[in-house]
Amino acid sequence: MLLIHCPYCEEERPEIEFANAGEAHIARPSDMDGLSDQAFEEFFFIRSNPKGLHYERWRHIHGCARFFNALRDTVTDRFVATYKTGEPKPDIAAEGKDQ
Amino acid sequence: MRKYSVFALAREAMRGHTGWQEQWSSPEPRQEYDIIIIGAGGHGLATAYYLAKEHGLTNIAVLEKGWLGGGNTGRNTTIIRSNYLYDESAGLYDHALKLWDGLSQDINYNVMYSARGVMMLSHNVHDVQVAKRHVHANRLNGVDNEWLTPEQAKAFCPPLNISAAARYPVVGAALQRRGGTARHDAVAWGYARAASDRGVHIIQNCEVTNIRRANDGRVSGVETSHGFIGAKKIGVVAAGHSSVVMQMADVRMPLESYPLQALVSEPVKPIFPCVVMSNTVHAYISQSDKGELVIGAGTDQYISYSQTGGLHILTHTLEAICEMFPIFTRMRMLRSWGGIVDVTPDRSPILSKTPVPGLYVNCGWGTGGFKATPGSGHAFAHTIARDEPHPVNAPFTLERFRGGRLIDEAAAAAVAH
Repeated sequence: MLLIHCPYCEEERPEIEFANAGEAHIARPSDMDGLSDQAFEEFFFIRSNPKGLHYERWRHIHGCARFFNALRDTVTDRFVATYKTGEPKPDIAAEGKDQ
Repeated sequence: MRKYSVFALAREAMRGHTGWQEQWSSPEPRQEYDIIIIGAGGHGLATAYYLAKEHGLTNIAVLEKGWLGGGNTGRNTTIIRSNYLYDESAGLYDHALKLWDGLSQDINYNVMYSARGVMMLSHNVHDVQVAKRHVHANRLNGVDNEWLTPEQAKAFCPPLNISAAARYPVVGAALQRRGGTARHDAVAWGYARAASDRGVHIIQNCEVTNIRRANDGRVSGVETSHGFIGAKKIGVVAAGHSSVVMQMADVRMPLESYPLQALVSEPVKPIFPCVVMSNTVHAYISQSDKGELVIGAGTDQYISYSQTGGLHILTHTLEAICEMFPIFTRMRMLRSWGGIVDVTPDRSPILSKTPVPGLYVNCGWGTGGFKATPGSGHAFAHTIARDEPHPVNAPFTLERFRGGRLIDEAAAAAVAH
């Protein structure tokens, strides 16, 4: 079970308090009607699914109930960072140098 | 290849088992092949075998980054069935089921396919409606499936608890008698031996690091840990790593990879005669020929390539098993493990040509690919050899996510996700 740091509660809590909500930083297009099939596929179905660092959304569903973002390594399952919704992505290159 | 038979066994018994040959050869890779298959799991090896057998193509290499059958082929719970709801799925999975029947003779290798029956339990009104809909849809597609009362279910599987006082009472069950299990390792080894016998090169410990393309966009070969190997056609059969490999050819996939866990108990004498699944309490269980209870758990909620999963996922499954089978509450579990499964948005696989000429992909089997191994290999071999899909896999394209013609099974392992 993962231990996840909620950036709103500022506490590390067990995974069962959280719901994973998929890849982060995928903006919903404002003009859905005008979207081409290819653009819709890209938005709705295609995922980066990286072997390595992954930006993803979590929701502290049994805590503050808020969505936040995380940067996690999908090989080690180690969290590099969690950060509030709306904050910019952590720079992967900079994080890599710290390790 | 020396044929396996009772006479071969007798002959070797007489001379101290000194005459057995290696089951497949391990040659040095050639500079170029007509076809390279990336991934020597069951599906990849079956693809190579049917390319050789059905299409007469033998200048083929199967490249495997680890050891043969060491991925999901060696990690699944070996359940075989074809009772899927939609016409397309019933066609694909029943194609495989027909090949399971007779596979041991075909490849001269005992894969221990045992049609011991797969029984899917219903616990409430909704389950009954869904199960009966499946029974009727399957029968219309020529797939056997029948409805059982709780008493009939108990007669078919005596350890089942059908007490009305159970937390999740059994109110009925759908039974596919042709469903069952097979020995997963033997499937990989048997296909490898049969393919190798027909001239296919199986190259283990050879990781593909890049897919090279010519100026016209066509694939020209792969860069590997053994250097560059040329290829006219490439089939990617890389399970949980499919999107990683496809990215090498700049194809982004509608896939996410999750850990899926399973576990086995200590071996006990035969007690469990069939496969039992329950969507509602999320558990499935069978007994291997070694005597271990084989229990499948669910996926973790996050994508991962770690081949381990959370302990709470296993705990949840064992709680469900103990509710359904109180006699197993004091059994000890022997070991657990995880595999990485590639899941598509509609939970149906992709067996398809790709936007890259000469590149083909067989992936997205999610939590339930083992059952389809022979049919998947057979149809994918057709797709590669003819450059067009077999009628059985024609609906399972990569483009369906663009066009919207999904095959929305949403439950490849028959358990709720």
